[in-house]
Amino acid sequence: MKYGQKRTSQAITYGILSLWALTTIYPFFWVILNSFRQKGLIMSDSFSLPVGEAFTWDNYVTAFHRADFKNAYLNSFLISGIVTFCVVVIAGLAAYGLVRYRFRGRGLLHSLIMAGMMFPVFSTIIPVFRMEAVLGIAGTGNRWLSLLAVVLPQIAGNLCFAIIILMGFIQSVPIELEESAYLDGCSVFQIYFHIIIPAAKSSFATVAIFAFLWSYNDLFTQSFFLRYPQERAITGLLNEISSQAGVNYGLMAASVVLVVIPVLVVYICLQKHIIKGLTAGAVKG
Amino acid sequence: MNSMIYKKKSPLLLFLVPAFAFLFVFLYYPFFQNIFNTFLKIGGLGRAPEGVNTPWYENYQRLLEDPYMRVAMKNTLILIICTVVFQVGIALILALLVDTIRVGAQFFRTVYFFPIVISATALGLMFNLIFLYKGGMVNQMLLSLGKLPVEIKPSGKMIVQWLDWKDQAHFLFTMLLPVMWQYVGFYFVILVTGLNNIPEDVYEAAALDGADGWKRTQFITLPLLRNVLCTCLVLAITGALKVFDLPWVMFGAGMPENRGWLTGTYMYDQTFNKMNVDYGSTIAVLIVVLGVVLSNIANRVFRPSEDL
Repeated sequence: MKYGQKRTSQAITYGILSLWALTTIYPFFWVILNSFRQKGLIMSDSFSLPVGEAFTWDNYVTAFHRADFKNAYLNSFLISGIVTFCVVVIAGLAAYGLVRYRFRGRGLLHSLIMAGMMFPVFSTIIPVFRMEAVLGIAGTGNRWLSLLAVVLPQIAGNLCFAIIILMGFIQSVPIELEESAYLDGCSVFQIYFHIIIPAAKSSFATVAIFAFLWSYNDLFTQSFFLRYPQERAITGLLNEISSQAGVNYGLMAASVVLVVIPVLVVYICLQKHIIKGLTAGAVKG
Repeated sequence: MNSMIYKKKSPLLLFLVPAFAFLFVFLYYPFFQNIFNTFLKIGGLGRAPEGVNTPWYENYQRLLEDPYMRVAMKNTLILIICTVVFQVGIALILALLVDTIRVGAQFFRTVYFFPIVISATALGLMFNLIFLYKGGMVNQMLLSLGKLPVEIKPSGKMIVQWLDWKDQAHFLFTMLLPVMWQYVGFYFVILVTGLNNIPEDVYEAAALDGADGWKRTQFITLPLLRNVLCTCLVLAITGALKVFDLPWVMFGAGMPENRGWLTGTYMYDQTFNKMNVDYGSTIAVLIVVLGVVLSNIANRVFRPSEDL
């Protein structure tokens, strides 16, 4: 009796969990499926597998033909790559300094970082735009300067989150390791590179992944600074396609797939780090 | 615990200066500049202010009188309530359930996180296809279930009355559902970690006292999870105030008929399309103020006392 009860409750548990998993998987599956379907058929019969007559590559051909995906990928990877690199380096140093050193004003700096998490990008973007326009970075029409104009505020926007996550981890690194390294004659910087970074590797990976994803996916900042076609990054391009495609739903589905696939691949490869790294730091807060 | 290593303070500068230089120039300074801007007259992005508004609080007055702002506030408040109840609620249920199983937990964690790693722009487009008027995924399902009125013409042609998911009666649902669905996985992961941090011996002690199943959840798990739940609540509130991409891609500027504004989309539209830069700044200030006030209230109400 007891055993049977347990079996049913287990079955219900798996049922509910699978139901939600279905909502997170099926929509992507549906879009991928329909990106290979003849465009007229999407509206009448979108659930069957696109085989035989219904199958086509046309949507992808049109997508590459109509929009400059190659350029947009390049822009996006440049922006997000630089943002990720800078965030990891700068936030790592700051988190280490804030955790290990005791100095006056430490509490103040800590609350400044917490406050920084609260500012939505809306509340800083207009002055940043003006500042960058005055400095001659934003709104010049020069592609590389425009990319730089996006990179700078995105680094600042990701720093606070990154520092908080990294601090949580560096705190948990046993200080004895550093002390013995110090006795062996290591400098503070050697300690940072040879002990702290390897020990907090998975949190550095988490921070890197989130910085990359947020930068890659951030439509708001991109649409502020990237105004010309050759500057367009991938999310901006997608937004533009959606407004131009009209009723060409096959093209839309194919564009969604093209934008989503790189991210999903990165995520699935690195997902172990994401969940481990995010959770250990975030909850302490 | 202050080791010998860190007595010498000079390397500290190198550690801290890059980060705080960035934060001051691109975060704190613009934030305060933005507050100043609300009192100035600014005619375009990147342009110098043309002087002080008359009266200087003009924008704040306008904020109170603007009917679209009221719409945006109303929709955003609904969004906040829905995110708190459904997002955190569903995440909590899923987390409690995953905590009871062994096989497949890793799989569920991975797939629940899918929507978060994907750009809201792509999700918005995807939902546009799903909620499409003529032959979207939802409407096709409804049709095959026989839930849509169908008229068959004498010629044999079928006329279907499709359901418009973006009309006045349905737009709120269509706008809120994807936003809520997207972030369930985020809170789920945070809550699962919170659950993992509850020490096993607490449960063992509870089992000795005869508490298991729902009783255990109610009297042990939930109280111990309160701190984490509170963190989720604050994140959900501030997150809801910032929502922009998904509704913007799905609804654009305030569709349908200026009833679909959110604070984020309205701010963007005012700044960018209407060139009311100073008014846009004012809306941004309002978003920050609301975030601070609401998350403080949430903290007051739900944060457990220290001795827990």
